[in-house]
Amino acid sequence: MAQPLLEVRDLQTHFELEDGVVKAVDGVSLTVPRGRTLAVVGESGCGKSVTARSILRLVERPARIVGGQILLYGDEPSDDPLDLLAAKDKRLREVRWSDIAMVFQEPMASLSLVHTIGNQIVEAIRLHDEIGKVAARERAIEMLGRVGIPDPKRRIDSYPFELSGGMRQRAMIAMALSCRPRLLIADEPTTALDVTTQAQILDLLQDLQQELGMAIMLITHDLGVAAQVADEVAVMYLGEVVEHGPATSVLSAPKHPYSQALVRSVPRLGQRGQARLAAVRGTVPPPYERPSGCRFHPRCDAFMAGKCDLTVPTRVRADDTDVACLLYGEENR
Amino acid sequence: MLRFLARRLLWMAITLAAISFVTFVVIKLPPGDYTTTVIANAEARGQDIPDSQIAELKRHYGLDKPFLVQYWTWISGVVLHGDLGQSFAWNQSVASLIGNRVMLSILLSIGSLLFVWSIAFPIGIYSALRQYSPGDYVASFLGFIGMAVPEFMLALVMMWIGFRYFGQSVGGLFSPEYADAAWNLGKLLDLISHLWVPIVVVGVAGTAGLIRITRANLLDELHRPYVATARAKGLPEWKLLLKYPVRMSLSPFFSTVGWLLPGLISGETIVSVVMSLPTSGPLLLGAVRSQDMYLVGSFVLILSALTVIGTMLSDLALAWWDPRIRHRLSKG
Repeated sequence: MAQPLLEVRDLQTHFELEDGVVKAVDGVSLTVPRGRTLAVVGESGCGKSVTARSILRLVERPARIVGGQILLYGDEPSDDPLDLLAAKDKRLREVRWSDIAMVFQEPMASLSLVHTIGNQIVEAIRLHDEIGKVAARERAIEMLGRVGIPDPKRRIDSYPFELSGGMRQRAMIAMALSCRPRLLIADEPTTALDVTTQAQILDLLQDLQQELGMAIMLITHDLGVAAQVADEVAVMYLGEVVEHGPATSVLSAPKHPYSQALVRSVPRLGQRGQARLAAVRGTVPPPYERPSGCRFHPRCDAFMAGKCDLTVPTRVRADDTDVACLLYGEENR
Repeated sequence: MLRFLARRLLWMAITLAAISFVTFVVIKLPPGDYTTTVIANAEARGQDIPDSQIAELKRHYGLDKPFLVQYWTWISGVVLHGDLGQSFAWNQSVASLIGNRVMLSILLSIGSLLFVWSIAFPIGIYSALRQYSPGDYVASFLGFIGMAVPEFMLALVMMWIGFRYFGQSVGGLFSPEYADAAWNLGKLLDLISHLWVPIVVVGVAGTAGLIRITRANLLDELHRPYVATARAKGLPEWKLLLKYPVRMSLSPFFSTVGWLLPGLISGETIVSVVMSLPTSGPLLLGAVRSQDMYLVGSFVLILSALTVIGTMLSDLALAWWDPRIRHRLSKG
């Protein structure tokens, strides 16, 4: 297998609250392939966003990264990977935006409203590349044009509140790509937008990926979005990855019972109007208590008493996907 | 923007006209007028003033005319000739009486404002960034004390300390040898050496309040997504904090500068009385008590004008600081 761009190993990010510890991310392992798109999917509260933020060490109190490794590989296979969790602050700041950039969910809130778009983009460019103000401004205008903002020469001096939601998210993407990152982490980039704009933004991300050759890690709760853009899919449940593999396999023939339930819950065109949509059975357990054994067992249709509630499944390879379920693999039997 | 300015100036004029009229009404509300004070003073000295002389006084001061005529005589003089009228009690023109004092009041207020800002902002920002740290608790504790202690009390304590331990001449803004001297460098330096005490006294409560406001505003902004964006961009921590959340947190503050000015001026009155400073406050208080109506009216008019202008300036400053406000103004 080719060397990935980014490898997350056994990441643990906990929220240390007064009432106890919430293990929001509890042993996440996943890989982002070079130049391709990994979609991380799962219900709200499964730890997707915290995982994304942990990669650039952006989690704030009371959240704390308590363990794991985040390895960023170099361009040459012989380069030693950099562990972002162990890196010094200064080195980490260099990696931020120039190697890994991020786009957030709320385009209104994630840009400063009292600085022009140009000011914020030029700041990012000049932080990582030693170029003059004029050259940086030209590059910012070029990026704004590339993400499909009309009249970028004029728009660069606009404030975010003068743009529509879709345009703001385009500006955010222009800013994220202004330093040519190798990985773009997009945390629910289209959730706050209407459906038409969502489709445009996803198309744009795919076009830019082809053009610039970067990898994308897309955090989404929307399997439709994942199906549209992802090459690989990682399914998360209660702070861990339960299934990880090629999008075609995971979305069309999911192996883990949780993935199966998620896929079943997506409405489809042509589905009988009368048929009720299948929701995932039960509810997410309370945050302070994780179920024993397999965390999904209280909600699982394939629950095996005396087994699933006792044994923690390890991740095994089944066909072309990795899955953490006692139904698969020799080690788990 | 020009239309906005024109509209604001018009409103300022209307506001001032209303204030001057209401002030006049209020001065007239208590029974009697300035002659009552004259009679009372005379009686206190054991003298008796004949009715004819009182009528003469009333005619002299125009107090026998109807209320509206009195108001009109005064306000038209102010507007048309810049003449603020005569003070009965001091038998001088109001302008010559208060010119210097108003200047000193403004000086004291601006000095206090600068003192408040230079102390409160750094501490407030520190308190927010290090929330629940020992430093934050100390700042909060001192802040609450500063808000709770009345200004006159603080003034008395400061005067006592100054007198007891530093042997400084207490009260006043000038040493005796400079009090009536013409302005020169020595007098200016003397003023500065005296001014800091009242500045601190007047500024303490404001400082305490502003520390709390700055801290709360900044805490609101610190965890906004745009801060995470700035951090993700790789900006060094202190730089991103100053450029984004701190800047945002100052917007509400600009809109309250206008309210700060009148607060400082009223706080200044009490302190000035206690410390016997030759500013406008004590004079105003005396004038109100003796119903010296043109003096009071002019005073209130000048202070109101300052307040209205201050509010206007703070609005303009806010528009300059916050592009969202600018945007709204330019749209109408």
